Amino acid sequence: MPSPSDWSAIWLTLKLASVTTAILLLIGTPIAWWLARTRSWWKGPVGAVVALPIVLPPTVLGFYLLVAMGPNGPVGQFTQWAGIGLLPFTFTGLVIASVFYSMPFVVQPIQNAFEAIGERPLEVAATLRATPLDAFFSVAVPLAKPGFLTASILGFAHTVGEFGVVLMIGGNIPDKTRVVSVQIYDHVEALEYTQAHWLSAGMVVFSFVVLLALYTLNPTGRKK
Amino acid sequence: MLRPQTMNLLRACTFLLLFLAAPAWAGDRITIAAAADLKFALEEIVVAFRQAHPADQVETIYGSSGKFHTQIQQGAPFDLYFSADIAYPRLLEKEGLAASPVRPYAFGRIVLWSASRDARKLTLADLADPSIRKIAIANPRHAPYGKRAEEALRSVGLWEKVKDRLVMGENIAQTAQYVQSGNADVGIIALSLALNKELAAKGGYALIDDKLHAPLEQGFIVTRRAAGNTLAKQFADYMGSPEARRIMVRYGFVLPGEAAGK
Repeated sequence: MPSPSDWSAIWLTLKLASVTTAILLLIGTPIAWWLARTRSWWKGPVGAVVALPIVLPPTVLGFYLLVAMGPNGPVGQFTQWAGIGLLPFTFTGLVIASVFYSMPFVVQPIQNAFEAIGERPLEVAATLRATPLDAFFSVAVPLAKPGFLTASILGFAHTVGEFGVVLMIGGNIPDKTRVVSVQIYDHVEALEYTQAHWLSAGMVVFSFVVLLALYTLNPTGRKK
Repeated sequence: MLRPQTMNLLRACTFLLLFLAAPAWAGDRITIAAAADLKFALEEIVVAFRQAHPADQVETIYGSSGKFHTQIQQGAPFDLYFSADIAYPRLLEKEGLAASPVRPYAFGRIVLWSASRDARKLTLADLADPSIRKIAIANPRHAPYGKRAEEALRSVGLWEKVKDRLVMGENIAQTAQYVQSGNADVGIIALSLALNKELAAKGGYALIDDKLHAPLEQGFIVTRRAAGNTLAKQFADYMGSPEARRIMVRYGFVLPGEAAGK
């Protein structure tokens, strides 16, 4: 059976994934909107930066974040000046890392959904005297709902699956940074295979259910 | 029928495969899996060993002792296994995965080390000071150096007091790196790492009394897969040579033969 420390790791993982997904929906939506609509020269570079975490090894992200958020790094100097203290080994630090790490998995589905809408519905809204903001919330967002659903599920699931970055900046602190993936790693290293099996099998079932939900609930699939 | 472009691609791939698969070395080769505390000492020993074996290749991989134990159990291609805790190779010996008896090679020592303050006069009692916000130790659940760090902190009655300020490295090298990057103020790390040039240049270290914790007895084995590998046997014997022992001592390891009084 999972031990109390396993349950606390599960709870922490769900909390991290929820907070990260919520933040990503907030900051990812405007980025996705801009990427979908802009004709600017910057579209390429910005899109590439957003997609970087897909390609980069998590160790690169973990290393840079550790150095940047450390006492001599720019972020670390700022957070110390602001009285927040240092971010490595804290839950906030993990949230920031996860936002970077899962960014493309939230931005890209929303961007694709916005692009699929095209100009026409928004032009129609404009002729009906809808302000751009009005048109965004009452036309674009409802039409892009499947994209938002995919983005939420992928962002959440990808954060749950995070390991390398957490290992590098987490410091393995119970209730703060010891997430399920790290807990499994510790179980295996401590030769506690039974515990490792419980959590690992749980992750397999969880991931399968998430993907199943993604493929069966998503309305874009049903249209066919 | 394959199109000419496809054929060319296939040819290129075949060539690449052959090129990559070709033996790059004519001599023998061994792969050593070693605990992270040996990082600097073993590197020097390998260089010294290879002077007498210029045609052979010695590959070293560093990590946590517990992980290597699991990997060897599952058939990892390691010929020698140096563990920071002699219990792990003993387990492998019991499971019939060793081709040599378990040989104790050193006793490890733990030290207080800091990159941001002068650690030379630091004592465990100083860790109670709340201005030390983060203390790095290796994970006591599976890292031998972490276990001893916990024992030492418990011996001086500080464990409960510092528990909330602990950050745990996956192995002793990562623990040192937490301190080196300044993210942890103080760390309890291996003396062998604190004596490395790069770390020794900063802050200094203070030895922790080894009466405060169980001895960190370290041992190695030649694994079963290397049973017929002469180079592996030669390297195992070389660990007892004066040159190898001299290097180990320089990195702060206490050698088995000399540990009686300690």
